[in-house]
This record gives sequence, C-alpha cells and structure tokens, in this order.
Amino acid sequence: MDWLNAIVQGTLLGGLYALFAAGLSLIFGVMRLVNIAHGDLIVLAAYLGLTVTTATGIHPLLALAIVVPVMAAIGYVLQRSLLNQTLGDDLLPPLLVTFGLSVIIQNALLEGYTADPQKLSAGGLETASFALGGLTLGVLPVLTFAIAIAVIWGLQWTFYQTALGRAFRAVSDNQDIAQLMGLNRRHIFGLAMALALAVTAVAGILLGIRTSFDPSIGGGRLIFGFEAVIIGGLGNLWGTLIGGVILGVAQTIGAQIDPGWQILAGHIAFLIILAVRPNGLFPRISA
Amino acid sequence: MPDAILSMTGLDAHYGDFQALYGVDMHVDAGEVLAIIGANGAGKTTLMRSITGLLKNGPGQISHDGADIGGLRADEIALRGIAMVPEGRQLFPSLSVKENLMIGAQVGRKGPWDLDAVYKLFPILDERKDQQSTSLSGGQQQMVAIGRALMSNPDLILFDEISLGLAPVIIKDIYRALPGIIGEGMSAIIVEQDITKALSVSSRVYCLQEGRVSLEGGSDQISREEISRAYFGIE
Repeated sequence: MDWLNAIVQGTLLGGLYALFAAGLSLIFGVMRLVNIAHGDLIVLAAYLGLTVTTATGIHPLLALAIVVPVMAAIGYVLQRSLLNQTLGDDLLPPLLVTFGLSVIIQNALLEGYTADPQKLSAGGLETASFALGGLTLGVLPVLTFAIAIAVIWGLQWTFYQTALGRAFRAVSDNQDIAQLMGLNRRHIFGLAMALALAVTAVAGILLGIRTSFDPSIGGGRLIFGFEAVIIGGLGNLWGTLIGGVILGVAQTIGAQIDPGWQILAGHIAFLIILAVRPNGLFPRISA
Repeated sequence: MPDAILSMTGLDAHYGDFQALYGVDMHVDAGEVLAIIGANGAGKTTLMRSITGLLKNGPGQISHDGADIGGLRADEIALRGIAMVPEGRQLFPSLSVKENLMIGAQVGRKGPWDLDAVYKLFPILDERKDQQSTSLSGGQQQMVAIGRALMSNPDLILFDEISLGLAPVIIKDIYRALPGIIGEGMSAIIVEQDITKALSVSSRVYCLQEGRVSLEGGSDQISREEISRAYFGIE
C-alpha cells in the first residue's frame, strides 16, 4: 500500500510539474525560444499572489483572477519589447537574455520581498484530505492535478480549434510564409508568451499554496519543467503532462526508498529516458 | 500612370553585401496579367520577395494603389491585398488542407473567394480537406497554395514558379484553371521559367537578367530572338 500511495501521490505531484512545463513547452513550440527565466517567472507569480492576497485578504485561488491577467500582460510586453529582438537563426541570444532576465527577477524579488520564505495561506485547503480506498489524498494535490488537466486541455483546444492556435502553428511552421498571410509574427509571439505566462501564473499560485517559496527557488522549478517537457517529447502538451507524472512518480518512489533520494530519483529517471529516447516519449516536432 | 496597381521605381535589393536587383522599373496595370521571365539567379524570386515585403526595400521604390509600400512589413502588405503563391508551395505542414486555406482568409478582406469557391475550383481539396497538407501530391499541394492565396481576396496575386517540380499534365491543368482564377478584375504577376507558358497567359512580359530588366514588351509582340538575347545576354 505504501508503494501504491507513492505512485498516486507522485502522479498528483506530476500535475504541478506539468503546469511548470506547459508554458515552456508552448513557447519552445511556437518560437523555438528556451526561456531560462521561466522558473523565476513562476516564483514572480507566487509573489504577485502574495501581494494580492495580503492587500485584499482574498483567497489565493480567487487572486488568480488578478494574477493571471497581470502575468499575461507582463508576457506580452516582455515579448514585444525584449524577447522578439533576440529571436533569429541563432538559439544563443534568447538563452543569454533570458538568463539575464532570471538574475534580474531574482534580485528584484529579493529587494522587494527579502529572502524570507513566504507562503500563500489558503484557509484549510493545504491540509485538507479525504480517504479513498485505503489511501489518503490531499485535496490540494487532487485539485492541482485536475487544474493541470483542464489547462492542458484548454491549451490543446486553443492550438487545434481556434484561429489563434492556427496562427501559432503557422508561425511555428514557417515565419516568412505566415507573414505573407497577414500574420504579424511579433504580435503572435507576444500572444504566445502572454498565454504561457497566464499558465505560469496558475502554476505559481498553486506552488505558493503547496510549499513555502523564496526568491531563489526558480531554478529548481525550471529544471522540473524542462525535464517534464523533454520526457514527454517536444511540442506535445499531453506528453508534457505524462512527463510531469513520470517525474513526480520517480521522485515519490525515490523518497519511498530513502527520503534523501527524492530529487535524485527524478533526475535519474530523466537521464534514463533521455539516454533511451533522446527525443522524449511522444515527440511531435524535431528541434 | 494612374492605372498602375503596382509600380516599382529604381528598385534595388540586397542580401547583405550582395546586390540582387539594380534599379528595376516595372509596373502592373489593373486587371492585367504580367509575366516575368529570366534565368536562374536573374532576380525573379528576389523581386517577389521585395514586392511582398519579405525583403526590405527603400522608401519610394514600390507603390501599390498610389501609396508607398516600400517600408511596410510583409503582413501589412498582405492586408493591402497582395498575395503570393510562393515557389515550392510552402504549405504549413502542421495544418490540415482546410486550415491552410483558412489561414489565407485571416487577413479578413471581403471578396468572392471563400472555402466554397476554392472547393468549387479544386473539388479534390474538398475531399482531402482534413488531411495533413504534406500528404497530398505535388499538384494538389499547388492547388492548396493557390487557394490559400485566393482566400485573402487579393487585388494582385503573384505566382512564383508554379510549374516547378510538377508533372506536365498537372501544369497543364493548373494553367487551364488560371483564367478562371485571375478573372474578376484581379491583377497577376506570373514568374515562370517555361517561357511559352508564361507568354500564353500574359499580356505583357518583362525579362530579368542579372538583376536588371533586359526586355519589356507585349507578350504577343516580342520575338523569340529578342527573348533569347534578353534571357541569356548573348549579343
């Protein structure tokens, strides 16, 4: 039963990792941009949630109504004013610029909020649980997993059923020809980044309710997100969810063997999959 | 030239240090079909890229409907009603046939062309509308590329090497469909290596040679000798 418990808890944890990863996956898929600042943007969203909840006293999940549009707006402006200028045939400039952005966000958060660990208080939601067939499931992890599925379904629907998604795919396929169809790629990229950071906002708030956070933890979230994307295969959002679940399960099983092995087990699972399937499990685009 | 829908005055084009077009003067009248011929590397595709804005050109060098479009981005030029069927078709591989056509309509210009009209012109596309565009034959892909350009209801449509890499029987079909496509007051520029085909559908022709206009005239007036001289540069 302990092992089954580890697998179920790991699966639910995978939902959070999938949320970390979905924005990364979307951005890479649409514009081949590897966003090193992604983890810090998740932490930024958590801090925005903190500011909103302490200023207004509303529940962190209600704060999403403010944090999601704010992060989306930040994403659009960031893309139009900075990141678009780094895109081209070379992958290096966006890597360097987003690395610099990561440093700037971390230090700005440190300046604004200090290094003290913070937490979003969600009433009793963090600790609430229910029993299911001998297992005890936390309400928050189950809710997180459900939100992850809903978000990925929503992104998938946007990509394949809407004019915006069609534009994302067209620009991703061939930027020049997409311009000939009247699509301004700079605007489309801005919208893609806005959507990615809207998802990041959800991930940041859920992270902030689940654990305590401080300005330095972005890098770790970035690694988990990257690993989930790579395990699942580039450009496949459902694959990203599965990648998150595999990572989560590997971590909880590792922790079951020895509590010190939790993080290591996740990285080992990632390295094994990378060695066996360098393109991930369900690749849709080739890098 | 009040009737010119598109005119180029002293158009230069560069790829870095390399100059591909030298002071090209050219005009397209409303409703006319213009052919541009020339050998490989003469600058035909560069000219198409300049007109559509994929290649930056100086202000005042290209005007459309009397307005200077030299400095506009490609998407802004598309909104003005200039569409292109690019060389090599260049469909969007991750979009279905229908989605490729619909993306052409994204500019939102009003006109006779919509999905139904394109399916009526090329019924095979209706049957294949949910397939990935890359699963079609070359000729069918060319139909999608033409349909995609038409869906924007352009007033000027550019065909860049539409017969390249296609079987002769398919080329014949596509050229047979052209008059129906270009009718209704639309202007067209046809870039073609097959000179006979180009002359048969056009009213005027320009020949490019090493980035310069080497010949200009009515398609039924210029002689074979003039063309080969302009084409190959043989004195």
